[in-house]
Amino acid sequence: MTSIAGHPGIAGRIAEAGANYLSERRGILSWVFTLDHKRIGVMYLVSILFSFLLGGIFALLIRTELLTPRRTIMDADTYNQMFTLHGVVMIFLFIIPGIPAALGNFVLPIMLGARDVAFPRLNLFSYYLYVLGAVFAVLAIATGGVDTGWTFYVPYSTTTNTSVTAVVLGAFILGFSSIFTGINFIVTIHKLRPPGMTWFRMPLFLWALYATAIIQVLATPVLGITLLLLVAERLLRVGIFDPALGGDPVLFQHFFWFYSHPAVYIMILPAMGVMSELVSTFSHKPIFGYRFVALSSVAIAMISFLVWGHHMFTSGQSPLASMIFSFLTFMVAIPSAIKVFNWVATMYRGAIDLKTPMLYALWFLFLFGIGGLTGLFLGALAVDVHVHDTYFVVAHFHYTMFGGVAMAFVGGLHYWWPKITGRMYSELWGRLAALLVFVGFNLTFFTQFVLGTHGMPRRYYNYPAHFTSYHQHSTLGAYLTAAGFFLTAGYLIHSLFRGRRAPANPWGGATLEWQCSSPPPAHNFDRPPPVGDPYDMSRIRYDDAIGGYVTAEVAEPAGAGGGPGR
Amino acid sequence: MREVPAQPVEAGPGQGRALGHVVPLRVLLGVWAALVALTVVTIAATRVDLGGLNLWVALGIATAKAAMVALYFMHLRYDHPLNAIVFIAALLFVAVFVGIVMLDAEAYQPTIREYQHQTVTPGR
Amino acid sequence: MKGEAMLPAVRSAAAPADTAHPGAPRVAHHFATPVQQFESAQLGMWLFLATEVLLFGGLFCAYAVYRAAHPEVFIYAHRFLDARLGALNTVVLVSSSLTMAWAVRCAQTGRQRGLVGLLTATLVFAAAFLAVKYVEYESKWRHGLLWGRYYHPAHGRHTGDASGQAGTGQTGQEPANASAPGDERPMAAGPNQSPATMAAGAGPPSRGGPVTLGGAAGPGATPPAEATRIAASAAGPRGLAWHLRRPDSGRHDEPRNVQIFFAVYFLMTGLHGLHVMAGMAVIAWLLVRSIRGHFGPGYFAPVDLAGLYWHVVDVIWIFLFPLLYLIHG
Repeated sequence: MTSIAGHPGIAGRIAEAGANYLSERRGILSWVFTLDHKRIGVMYLVSILFSFLLGGIFALLIRTELLTPRRTIMDADTYNQMFTLHGVVMIFLFIIPGIPAALGNFVLPIMLGARDVAFPRLNLFSYYLYVLGAVFAVLAIATGGVDTGWTFYVPYSTTTNTSVTAVVLGAFILGFSSIFTGINFIVTIHKLRPPGMTWFRMPLFLWALYATAIIQVLATPVLGITLLLLVAERLLRVGIFDPALGGDPVLFQHFFWFYSHPAVYIMILPAMGVMSELVSTFSHKPIFGYRFVALSSVAIAMISFLVWGHHMFTSGQSPLASMIFSFLTFMVAIPSAIKVFNWVATMYRGAIDLKTPMLYALWFLFLFGIGGLTGLFLGALAVDVHVHDTYFVVAHFHYTMFGGVAMAFVGGLHYWWPKITGRMYSELWGRLAALLVFVGFNLTFFTQFVLGTHGMPRRYYNYPAHFTSYHQHSTLGAYLTAAGFFLTAGYLIHSLFRGRRAPANPWGGATLEWQCSSPPPAHNFDRPPPVGDPYDMSRIRYDDAIGGYVTAEVAEPAGAGGGPGR
Repeated sequence: MREVPAQPVEAGPGQGRALGHVVPLRVLLGVWAALVALTVVTIAATRVDLGGLNLWVALGIATAKAAMVALYFMHLRYDHPLNAIVFIAALLFVAVFVGIVMLDAEAYQPTIREYQHQTVTPGR
Repeated sequence: MKGEAMLPAVRSAAAPADTAHPGAPRVAHHFATPVQQFESAQLGMWLFLATEVLLFGGLFCAYAVYRAAHPEVFIYAHRFLDARLGALNTVVLVSSSLTMAWAVRCAQTGRQRGLVGLLTATLVFAAAFLAVKYVEYESKWRHGLLWGRYYHPAHGRHTGDASGQAGTGQTGQEPANASAPGDERPMAAGPNQSPATMAAGAGPPSRGGPVTLGGAAGPGATPPAEATRIAASAAGPRGLAWHLRRPDSGRHDEPRNVQIFFAVYFLMTGLHGLHVMAGMAVIAWLLVRSIRGHFGPGYFAPVDLAGLYWHVVDVIWIFLFPLLYLIHG
C-alpha cells in the first residue's frame, strides 16, 4: 500500500471496502505501468484537473488585469501571454482530452460490458503522451511564454521570438495522445461488444464517445501537419505561409480551422453523451428519442467537418466560400437542437431528482442553449463581420465550452464519483457549489455578450473607460466561479477520506457500470454481463437498507461482491 | 496457465473465420508486374500533349496503382469491409478538405494578383 | 477462478515469446478469441493509416492550392527534378511492397527462411530508395535549389539532377505560361535589386554557389532607389521585392516565386522520407524477431500490420511521383 509517514494512502483507505481495482495491486509502480483502463482514467483525471487549475489561474490573472482600463497588474506583452496560455492550456490540456480521457477511459469498457479497451498498452502510451505534451507546454511557459493567441496565426507566430516552437511541439504530441485514444475507442466499440450488445443497445454516452473518436481520428492529423508546417516555417523558413516567399497566410487558417472546428465537437459531443446519462437517470425515465440522439451524434461529427470557414469570414476568405460556410453552419445546429429537445422531453413527466449531477445537467441545458443560439448569430455572415474578434465571440465560446462542456464534465464527475472512488460526496456542499458556479459563470460571461455588441474587441489589454463597469462585473463573476470550484475541490477531496461508502448503484442508473461494485473489481466483470435496454429502469428500486438502488429479479450481480450489504 | 498449441490458420475458435487471408503468390507477382507497367505508362503519357487532361490521366493511373496496392497487397479485397470503409472515409475527407480550400483559394487569387500588380510595379 | 472457464486459457500478449512453438497464438485477457484480437489489431492499424492519409492530405492540399494558382512555377521548376530517378524510386518502392506482402505470406504459411529473406529484401529496397533520394537532395543543395530565401540557382540555365543534364522531356522548352498577370510589364533593369531586403533574413547556404547580384554588398547594404520604392510599399512583408528577376543572372524566363515549388517538394518528399525511415526501423525490428522465430501461422499480426503501414508509404509515393516529377508543360 502506498503510504506516507505511516498513514495509509487514499488508495489504501478505499481498499478497505473490499477487493477492487484500487486495492488489487499496490505501490507507485503498479500505477506507472498499469494497463487497467480504470487506473489510466484516474491518472488522466488527476492530470486534467491540474490542467484546469492552471488554465483557471491564467483566467483569473486575465480578469484581474481587466479590472481597470489601463495597466492593473501586468504590462501588455505579459497580458498577451496570459490569454494565449489560458487558451492553450484549457483547450489542449483540459477540454479536448477532458471527458473522453478522464471519464470515458474509466466508464467505456464497463458500460460496454468489456474487460478493457482494445489496446491497453496504447491507452497507457496515450496517457504518457499527454504528460509529455504537458511538459512541453510548461517548458514553453517557463522559457518565455507564448503571445500569439492559442490560434497561432501567421505571420506573427512565425516571426515572434516567444517559445512558439516548444508549445506547438507540445500540442503536436497532445494531438497524438488524442488520436490514439480515438483509435482505441473506435476499435473497442466495434470489436469488444459482448453478445447481445447491438449498436442500438449501447448507452448514449458510448455513441457520443464513438462519434467523438471519429472526429479525433480524422481531424487531428490535419492539426498535426499544420503544426509541423509552422515549426518548419519558424526553424527552416520554408516560406509556405510567407507572402514574401510566395506563400499564403490564409492557407494556414484553412489548415488550422479544419481541425479546430471539429475539435470543438470533440469537446461537446462527450459532454452531450454525459447529458443523456444524467438527464435519463435523474428523471428516472428512459431517454426520449434514443435513436435520434444516437444518430445525431454521428451527424454532428460528419457535418462538423464542413463548417470551419466560419472562423475566417474576415480573414481574406473569398465571399463565395464565406457564404457556403455560413449556410453549412446553420445545418450543424440542427442535430444539436434535436438533442436538446430530446433531453427536455425526457424530463417531462419524469421523477426529477435534483442531485448535484442533475443541477449541472440543468446548467448545461440553459448555458449551452445560450451558447448554441449565439453560435447561430456568429454563423450568420452578415452579423459576424461586425462581432468577429469582439467579446461576443468570447462569450459565445465560453458559454458552449465552459457552460456546456465543463458543466457536463463536473456533472459527470459527480455522477461517476461514487463508482470511481467508492465514496459519496456531500450533497449539501455539492448543490451550494453548483449554485455559486452558476451565478458566477453568468455574471462573468453574460456581461461579455453586452461588451461585445458594444464593440469591445477580444484580446485587448486596454479599453475605453465606459466599459469599466462591465469588466468589473465580469471579473467579480470570475472570482465567484473560482470560489465555487475551489469549494467543489474541497468537498470532493474530503469525501475521499470521510465520505459515506458508496453502494453499487447510488443513483438508479440502468447502464452496466451500476451492476458492478463501487469501486469496480479489477477485471470489471467475471463473465459478460446480461445485456438489455440501457435505459430500462423498470426493475430498479431504491433499497433503504443499503442507501442505494438495486435491480430486482437478477440472480446475482455480474461484479464480484456487489455493493455493501450483499 | 496452460499453453494452447499452435492452431491452423483457418480455424479461429468460436467464430469460424480465418486468421487473415493468404494472398496467392501469383496474385502478388501479377500486381507487381501491373504496377511496374503502369509506371511506364505514366511516363509515356507525359510525352503526349493532352493539355489540362494530362494531370487527370496521371492521377487516374496513380489511383489505379494505389487501388491495386490497397486491394491486394493490403488485402482489402479479402478483409472485413470496415477496414475499407475507414480507408475510403479518410480519402473522402481529404477530398472535401482539398476541394473546399481550392475553391476558396481560386476565388481570392484575383485579389492577390491585384495587390501584387499595384505594389511590385517598378516606378516610372 | 470460475471466470476463467469462459475464456480459453492463454498466455497474455505481454508474455515472452515461445520459441518452442513458433507462431503459437497469444490472446490477451480482454479478448475472447484470437480472431477477435487479430481483427481488432487490423482495424486499429487501418485507423492509424487513415490518420497518415490525412497528415499527408494537408501537404497535398498545399500542393494543389499553389499549383492551381501558379502553374507556371510548377511547370518551370519541375524540370530541375530528374524523372528517371523518380521512376526508379517508384519501381524500387513498388518492389519493396511486393517483398513485404510476400513476407507476410511467408509468415502466414510458416516459411521461416522466406520471411527472413523477404524482410531483408524489403529493407534493401528501402535503403536504395533513400540512397536515390539522397542523391537527388544533394544535387539540389549543390545547385541552390532550395526553399524560401535559400533558393539560389547556381546559374541561369536549367540544371538536372545528378548528371547535370536537363530534366527529362522538356529540354530547352520555355514555360508556356511563364508570366503571371503581374509579370507582363517588363521588369526594370535596376542594377541593385533586392539585396538588402533579402539579406535581412537568414542567408543562403554557402554551397549554393556564388550569385552575383549586381554589386549587392550583403547584410545592411543600402537599398538602391528602385528597390526602395518597392520596399516602402511592402514594408510589412519585408522583401516582397527580393525575388525580382535579376537581369544579370540569366534567368529571364523564370517566373516569380519558383522557391515555392521547392518548399512543397522538400516538405512532401521529406516527410515521406521520414516515414520510410520509420518503416525501416520497424521492419528491422521485425527481422530480428523473425530470425528468432516469433512468427508463424498462428501469430503474424505484427508483420501484417507493419506491411499495411509500408504499403501506405508506397501509395503516397505513387501519388508524389507524377505530381512532382511529371508535370506536363
